Amino acid sequence: MNSEISSIVPIGGAIRTPNEFRHHILSVLVENKTGVLARVAQLFSRRGYNIFSLAVAPTDDDRFSRITVVVDVDTAPLEQITKQLHKLVNVIKISEIDPDDAIEYELLLATVAADAATRAQVIELVNLFEGRIVDVGSTKLTVMVTASPSQLDDFEALIVEYGLVELQRTGRVALQKLGKPTTKRKQMKGKVS
Amino acid sequence: MKLTGAQALIKSLEMQGVEVVFGLPGGAILPVYDPLLDSSIRHILVRHEQGAGHAAEGYAQATGKPGVAIVTSGPAATNIVTPLADAYMDSIPLVVITGQVATSTIGTDAFQEADTTGITMSITKHNWLITDADDIPRVVREAFHVATTGRPGPVLIDLPKDVSNATMEWYWPRQVSLPGYKPTTKGHPKMVREAARMIAAAEKPIFYVGGGVVRAHGSEVLTRLVDLTQIPAVTTLMGRGALPDSHPLCLGMPGMHGNYAAVMSMQKSDLLIVLGARFDDRVTGKVDAFAPYAKVIHIDIDPAELGKIRHPDIPIVGDVRSVMEDLLVELEEVRESFRDISLWRKEIHSWQENYPYTYDRSHEGPPLKPQFVIERIRDLNTDDTIVVSGVGQHQMWASQYWRFEKPNMWINSGGLGTMGFAVPAAIGAKVGRPDRTVWVIDGDGCFQMTAQELVTATTERVPIKVAILNNAYLGMVRQWQEMFYDERYSEVYLSPDLPDYVKWAEAMGCVGLRVVDPSDVDAAIEKANSITDRPVVIDFRTDTQEKVFPMVPAGKSNDEIVLGEEGL
Repeated sequence: MNSEISSIVPIGGAIRTPNEFRHHILSVLVENKTGVLARVAQLFSRRGYNIFSLAVAPTDDDRFSRITVVVDVDTAPLEQITKQLHKLVNVIKISEIDPDDAIEYELLLATVAADAATRAQVIELVNLFEGRIVDVGSTKLTVMVTASPSQLDDFEALIVEYGLVELQRTGRVALQKLGKPTTKRKQMKGKVS
Repeated sequence: MKLTGAQALIKSLEMQGVEVVFGLPGGAILPVYDPLLDSSIRHILVRHEQGAGHAAEGYAQATGKPGVAIVTSGPAATNIVTPLADAYMDSIPLVVITGQVATSTIGTDAFQEADTTGITMSITKHNWLITDADDIPRVVREAFHVATTGRPGPVLIDLPKDVSNATMEWYWPRQVSLPGYKPTTKGHPKMVREAARMIAAAEKPIFYVGGGVVRAHGSEVLTRLVDLTQIPAVTTLMGRGALPDSHPLCLGMPGMHGNYAAVMSMQKSDLLIVLGARFDDRVTGKVDAFAPYAKVIHIDIDPAELGKIRHPDIPIVGDVRSVMEDLLVELEEVRESFRDISLWRKEIHSWQENYPYTYDRSHEGPPLKPQFVIERIRDLNTDDTIVVSGVGQHQMWASQYWRFEKPNMWINSGGLGTMGFAVPAAIGAKVGRPDRTVWVIDGDGCFQMTAQELVTATTERVPIKVAILNNAYLGMVRQWQEMFYDERYSEVYLSPDLPDYVKWAEAMGCVGLRVVDPSDVDAAIEKANSITDRPVVIDFRTDTQEKVFPMVPAGKSNDEIVLGEEGL
């Protein structure tokens, strides 16, 4: 046993898979201003809502950013979460994206133990998931896979067998599938009913 | 026209029509205090920044205009956090301007640096850190707009010292552009029509009137609504005065220390018509057991309040006054089909007759009964008297025993429950409404928290009147320890004599009086009323044993209301 193997952390099994009943995807269009992410994050923490994952980046219009947040509706009704979010002055629009009707992607980076005996198997697995080897060491490989969150869960469950050294996922980004209208939640500010 | 950032700030405040600011200068805000000397704006110099915030709150509540406070960075900003949180809970329009260290030193733990916008994020409607002097007029305009529209609330502008010192080309923005901020003020017509039908058909309807009606200047419309429908109304702690207490259908305060008729009329109701109220836990008691038979029509300007605590059968987002006006029109249409609810009114009336607020009036004293003191102050003043209270037993007695005939006459800390609120808030109220008599009904515990602002009152010639109901205890905590902790009194005794309130008042330039005997109560109140050139403080020695009743114990159903000592 070399010392590196002992530092392997079996994280794959510990990660909860998104439960479609508990987790909802909100696509939140915000003004691209200092502190907006802090306002959104603080609102979640202050009101006791749980964030499952969060991804933030500018949109094509540099006045706005899009926050894709997967929320745990066990902690509060989705309607209350969106209403509270709408009260933030920097929040422009909130759309709830139905997972059945969305293109969802997430990126995974993982460093995996891969010695001469297992290297070929790891590479094969990565190829099966249409991933890439992005860094090579003598006993380890760093791999990248871009896929839907559930495919990444599968990949994670398989790759963990070889010994994970480190793993990082980005959290999902999502867009509505083409040709079907978005379920717009309160696009008009404050309209209920 | 070239101006410094500081000059632009003061000019922007003038453009917004600001007449008074409450504040205390310091290092980072120094540049702003220089052009203030040349401004028409009156500055009230407080003795502690918390006082500036509460005074601005009192000013806002008495006048209906936004209150403005200016303080420096770091400890000054943290000192005004309490008033911001208080104003956020009670929806009071407040614009607080804090100094900040120079932009180049932000984040370096500079002298008197604090992350003011970070700290106040969750207790303001919005806040701004200005990094460019050119932004000052725009941000001030936006800040007043956000504070005063929609559901009113506090906002904060953090202004670094170098931005105050920088120069900019003056302009005044013609309009506000906030793409993410568009409050709905007009109620949905279909919903309003449905609400009218539901009201007409209800057997046991009740109006649940909150502070939103006061903020929306909706008293007059509410009175017409009550007169037309003949449906009784409860006015919450924040809604007291929205409907005159002398109105035959006004039931007064519901909730933990509300009267039996107000509490029971909600419990037995089949329709709650909620006007600018938010199902606060002090009103509902145990939520699952609150008004179990009632359908709910909920009208509020904040969409997030609808369904937050109680699911509404008819949710209506809008300015409560505007929605009530629309509702009046719709109700006129269905007037013929109004259900006869005279039996319901009779039932409520019998509760009022059988279970009024009571205390031992035969008690001769000393000590004084606190309720008696409040009744005497009430009867020796007009309906135009503004009453300001702190938080605790005295606050509940004031709400129970005063008769509020008009809105904006009752100023207290409802949501946050801020002890020490009263004295500074009263100063703000009196500054805003110098034509009105302002009485503070305070507790001895509360008074000790912010009494130093009486120095401000004397210096600035703000002749408020302070009645301390001095029972030598943190009375409400004492009451809970007596009732729920087997009379194990832990850290609640304050002493009636230390401090000597009369000497303390005199040291602060006020007239100080002490009343021990009931027969001296009237004379002291009349003397206080006759003094108009300086503040007056009266130390009323009240009964330590007196408790606030009725009471719904915390976490219990409103049906388990305890009417008095014998109900324990």
